Amino acid sequence: MMDTNLYWRKTRSLTLVLLYVWVVITFGFALFARDLNDFSLFGFPLGFYMAAQGTLVIYLFLIWIYNRRMRQLEKRFGIDDE
Amino acid sequence: MPGGLTRLQRYYLLYTGGFIAFVAALALLEEHGMPPRWIGYSFLIFTISMYAVIGIMSRTSDVSEFYVAGRRVPAFFNGMATGADWMSAASFIGLAGTLFLSGYQGLAFVLGWTGGFVLVALLLAPYLRRFGEYTIPDFLGARYGGNAIRLVAVAAAILASFVYVVAQIYGVGVITSRFVSLQFEIGVFVGLAGILVCSFLGGMRAVTWTQVAQYVILIIAYITPVAILSWSVTGNPVPQIVYGKVLQQVGQLENKLFDSPAEKDVRRLYQERADEYAQKIMQLPNSLILEREQLTSRINELKASDAQMKDIVALERQRRDLPHDPDQARLRWEAAMFASAERAAPPVHHASAFPADEANGGWAQRLNFLALVFCLTVGTAALPHVLMRYYTTPSVREARESVFWSLLFILLLYITAPAYAVFVKYEVFTHLVDIPIAKLPGWVAAWSKVGLVSIEDINRDGILQLAELSLNPDVIVLATPEIAGMPYVVSGLVAAGGLAAALSTADGLLLTITSALSHDVYYRIFRPDSSTQFRLVISKSMLLVVAVLAATVAAQKPGTILSMVAWAFSIAASAFFPALVLGIFWRRATRAGALAGMLVGLLITVYYIFRVEFDTITWLGVSNLRMDPWFYLQSTSAGVLGVAAGFLTILVVSLFTGQSDKDAMAFLDRIRHSRHREQ
Repeated sequence: MMDTNLYWRKTRSLTLVLLYVWVVITFGFALFARDLNDFSLFGFPLGFYMAAQGTLVIYLFLIWIYNRRMRQLEKRFGIDDE
Repeated sequence: MPGGLTRLQRYYLLYTGGFIAFVAALALLEEHGMPPRWIGYSFLIFTISMYAVIGIMSRTSDVSEFYVAGRRVPAFFNGMATGADWMSAASFIGLAGTLFLSGYQGLAFVLGWTGGFVLVALLLAPYLRRFGEYTIPDFLGARYGGNAIRLVAVAAAILASFVYVVAQIYGVGVITSRFVSLQFEIGVFVGLAGILVCSFLGGMRAVTWTQVAQYVILIIAYITPVAILSWSVTGNPVPQIVYGKVLQQVGQLENKLFDSPAEKDVRRLYQERADEYAQKIMQLPNSLILEREQLTSRINELKASDAQMKDIVALERQRRDLPHDPDQARLRWEAAMFASAERAAPPVHHASAFPADEANGGWAQRLNFLALVFCLTVGTAALPHVLMRYYTTPSVREARESVFWSLLFILLLYITAPAYAVFVKYEVFTHLVDIPIAKLPGWVAAWSKVGLVSIEDINRDGILQLAELSLNPDVIVLATPEIAGMPYVVSGLVAAGGLAAALSTADGLLLTITSALSHDVYYRIFRPDSSTQFRLVISKSMLLVVAVLAATVAAQKPGTILSMVAWAFSIAASAFFPALVLGIFWRRATRAGALAGMLVGLLITVYYIFRVEFDTITWLGVSNLRMDPWFYLQSTSAGVLGVAAGFLTILVVSLFTGQSDKDAMAFLDRIRHSRHREQ
């Protein structure tokens, strides 16, 4: 029981951290889009770029990290779903 | 269908190659004089018969195959199927147009419709798969216990899905009537046939493998025209990378165009017209009488002098078309006033964020943007037809991985859409605006006929100003091949892509509704002892009934239903998201709490939408309903209120109703901890 609890706690804190990052980038970049537009990246105004591409790529990266960490956790705790 | 992964991949590679060869063959035939109409037919017949072949090959009489494709769908292919399931006619046809018209503001859709998959990955997919039943109401029923919550979930699932499926079938009707010139109603029933060939015989299993095939077609069809456009404008065929430069050029053109004297003049004329309508509305009913009298006296004048008959007839028609009574006049003139005022408003730079806030120093536009992103995100993570797909993978790990693939495949389209908008804007600015109206390209006239493009030379200088042009969002994707002067085969490809997008989403939605009715209501609540054979019969007949019903509604061309799709996200978000997430992550969430939370969230969302959108509901005999929005919040973002209220209600009610029961605890241990490996 002990180590499964640890597994769940680790899963939960990983979820919370990634969720926090998700909230910050989703709403942060949009909130300050007007100010970010003063800078430019790859020829795009930065605020526009983040909403059109940048944030989306970070989303994909977040899921990739989650999957990777979860694979490691499952290995460590010997969890194997059929 | 095949079991091995490599064999599957080989099959679909072969299929993709076959499709590309088919398109190439048609392109060749077009050069040798094949008429456009035949090209349209070839695309329609080829793609639908492909789907039918897959549907028949995947026919099944097994319940688990019918509901969850036997849980044998590898992560990669489930990602593709989810992509097609998710991307609807609205994403395919409407999104680029919305981005064209509203620039940065439209990116709320791009953010919301992709960000939701992060929530699916982190909060839902692995737990749904570990639970391993058939539907979303199943999950809620098992976590909280009791039939009441199952019924509420079924009602919400049907509410959110049915409008959505009607819109997809409507989309099929629009596409077939434009490109193959079938009658709209016949197009709708072609769509119905296209849906049934996949889902009826094989349920989820057939739908999955058809959706994979449909994804391939829709993504090729979406990217091809932009890639050609990008190649011809910049010399680089990867639009997503190079459109930053084009965006800069668009910005320079905007600077030049927006402040030109002719544009300012046109906007002033529209403002005058809007003011005129405002005056006339204020002076109702006298203004209407006056106008009729003026027309009458002019007709009499003309009749007295020997003017041409056709001028008199034109004036008489004008008089006949006048509103019949002051109420009708008010509605019509208000619409005309808003349309003119919209054209009179100074245009907005494509990349500029929240220009209205900048102008008046407020927060309303920014707030609405964030609220819309929130609703679309949470709605994406709560729409049952998407969540259901994660039941179909072989394992929890593959469910997680398949969310990654889903988002990757969806990103391909959503990263292309803003580029699409920018390239078309560049074309419009360089080849349409400031051109003599007599010399406009042919597609303008063609699409004016169906009412998607309208042009009015209000300042009578014979030259098209930007403010004189109005484009329906749908026309951007549908007409791009013509705008850029591509051969008709590209138009046919776009039509096939739009068809694939609409059909694949309709399939998924239809299965959701069917399983909610047959599995959750019939089997779980009424007849838990029915045989699997009979359950399947019930499912298939439900499927048929719902599909025919949806097609019948779509054939009526219900305008309001199309705008209701935007509300489906808010409805799904407020009904499902709080109960699902708290059900997984908060031990103390109770049945009473969840039930109250779902109902309160749902009711608040529906209440807000109705109060903001409607003034009278005739069949209920209610009038004077309309209220001012709270915090400037638009009705499409009603889910913000519903989701917040849902979470709050579950928290409060659960704390008051005490501990969850033992079944719920066992359930939680199962979906959180997973099984231990024998050591």
